[in-house]
Amino acid sequence: MSWLHDMALINSLYIVAFALFIYGLMQMRGPRTAVAGNWVAAAGMGLAVAATLLIEGMGNWLLIGLGIAIGTVISIPAAYRVKMTAMPQMVALFNGLGGGAIALISWAQFRDTAGYAHEPVHAVIASLFAALVGSISFWGSLVAYAKLQELLPGRPMTLGRAQQPVNLAMIVAAVAAAIVITTGGASGWWMIALLAAAAVVGLIVVLPIGGADMPVVISLLNALTGLSAAAKGIALDNTALIVAGMIVGASGSILTSLMAQAMNRSIPAIIAGGFGGGTTTPSSSGGSDRPIRSTSAADTAIQLAYASKVVVVPGYGMAVAQAQHAVKEIATLLEAKNIDVSFAIHPVAGRMPGHMNVLLAEADVAYDQLTELDESNSAFPQTDVTLVIGANDVINPAAETDPASPIYGMPILTVHHSQSVIVIKRSMSPGFAGIDNDLYYNPKTTMLFNDAKTATTDIVEELKQL
Amino acid sequence: MDPGLVQNLAVLVLAGFLGFVVISKVPNTLHTPLMSGTNAIHGVVVLAALVVLGLGVEGVFNKVLLVVAIIFGTINVVGGFLVTDRMLAMFKHKPAGGADKEADR
Repeated sequence: MSWLHDMALINSLYIVAFALFIYGLMQMRGPRTAVAGNWVAAAGMGLAVAATLLIEGMGNWLLIGLGIAIGTVISIPAAYRVKMTAMPQMVALFNGLGGGAIALISWAQFRDTAGYAHEPVHAVIASLFAALVGSISFWGSLVAYAKLQELLPGRPMTLGRAQQPVNLAMIVAAVAAAIVITTGGASGWWMIALLAAAAVVGLIVVLPIGGADMPVVISLLNALTGLSAAAKGIALDNTALIVAGMIVGASGSILTSLMAQAMNRSIPAIIAGGFGGGTTTPSSSGGSDRPIRSTSAADTAIQLAYASKVVVVPGYGMAVAQAQHAVKEIATLLEAKNIDVSFAIHPVAGRMPGHMNVLLAEADVAYDQLTELDESNSAFPQTDVTLVIGANDVINPAAETDPASPIYGMPILTVHHSQSVIVIKRSMSPGFAGIDNDLYYNPKTTMLFNDAKTATTDIVEELKQL
Repeated sequence: MDPGLVQNLAVLVLAGFLGFVVISKVPNTLHTPLMSGTNAIHGVVVLAALVVLGLGVEGVFNKVLLVVAIIFGTINVVGGFLVTDRMLAMFKHKPAGGADKEADR
């Protein structure tokens, strides 16, 4: 059975495995083939693991089995229990664990080989790069998870003026440690210093980032973990790692830039400083004593029932309150009255692009009722009532009119062009970005103060009685 | 330079371009599942942990580090594919009238 352990066979299996990854990803580009695509990629992963276990001289089976068993036992319930609204932080957590794994592998190798002695220099450099990026990704993802899970405050937390210098110093320290290790014979403390400096970079880069920018950061960390895996593949001469890691690195970078574009934020600006960290005061002052008009669920129901075109703008508030089923019921009741109902989805509604679509799909809203930004905006002038549920920054006209606003230039849903706007909101407190919203003082706008779940359930009851 | 390294770098560059091409045409709607799917794929790092531990390391602490790495990597892979499947399953599910709409297209 020696042919079974032949590297040619194992490498051929790797080629089949990464072909499956690529084919799976290609299928994931369309909603109809995506489910199958995901399983194709998973099959590729199973094959890659099996091929790896065939490598000649493999041992420590008990420990390997133990690790895989514990990992599986932890991840299955975690994956099935997580709520759809908590998906972004779950992805962040999984991503961080991948980065952490790379950092740990590189550290164990360093300790086992007396500081990478006898390794070719390119393998040492690749391993150190993988360790550095993996550690940044691990700690950064943990912060992203903690912020979205509200274990840490979502608001920007910075070191103030020391932020950039400390950041720079830590990167210099990590690179310096890497150079010392590459020259050979370094003590174990250098490796620990490298991992620790990278950890600090991960922490202080992500801590100042406000909730609104978090999707971009998760995507960026995802791309970084991919690059780190590819580097580890170069170090270990493992084709499956190189291909899979690099594809994730490249596709993650594309996704990151698409998301940043949707928010009109540059990636360097996000990394360099938290969203609205101290610059928001001019636009948020002096707004609190302007008049607003509030309404009731009964009035809202009547207004909706006598409209001919209604657009629903769902935001994260709807998702948090788990109101998507009540919202779907409102839509169904209105459609029964021959009212045209659609859902306008901002690209970054929710906490990741497409997050809102997932939530609405969960509530059985048909795929073709969801409209994207441009299509929605051209429809607003013909819309009688726009119902905003738990959205804030993505409908703030200041993005178009106030150059001093931190969100100036971000593409928004222009709900203020519709005939009337009803905003369901808990209170007048500003959104993630911490900016006041002029829309609420617009004479066309009425406010329905309540949490999204209660408000929408009340509207359903009122609609049924009409 | 090591010829194996040159080959690996060639593969690296090609995989990078492939990643750009495969992802650049995805509708906004699928970005979250796709991020989750690519996230599961970089769980491939579990292979690195398997190779390093399987081919033998000295010392208890090193073994502990690698077992933890395998646990992390396995969670990344298994959890990643399962949550992606949960998200995507919602797009597949259509109400009774869905079949008609499909036929209309």
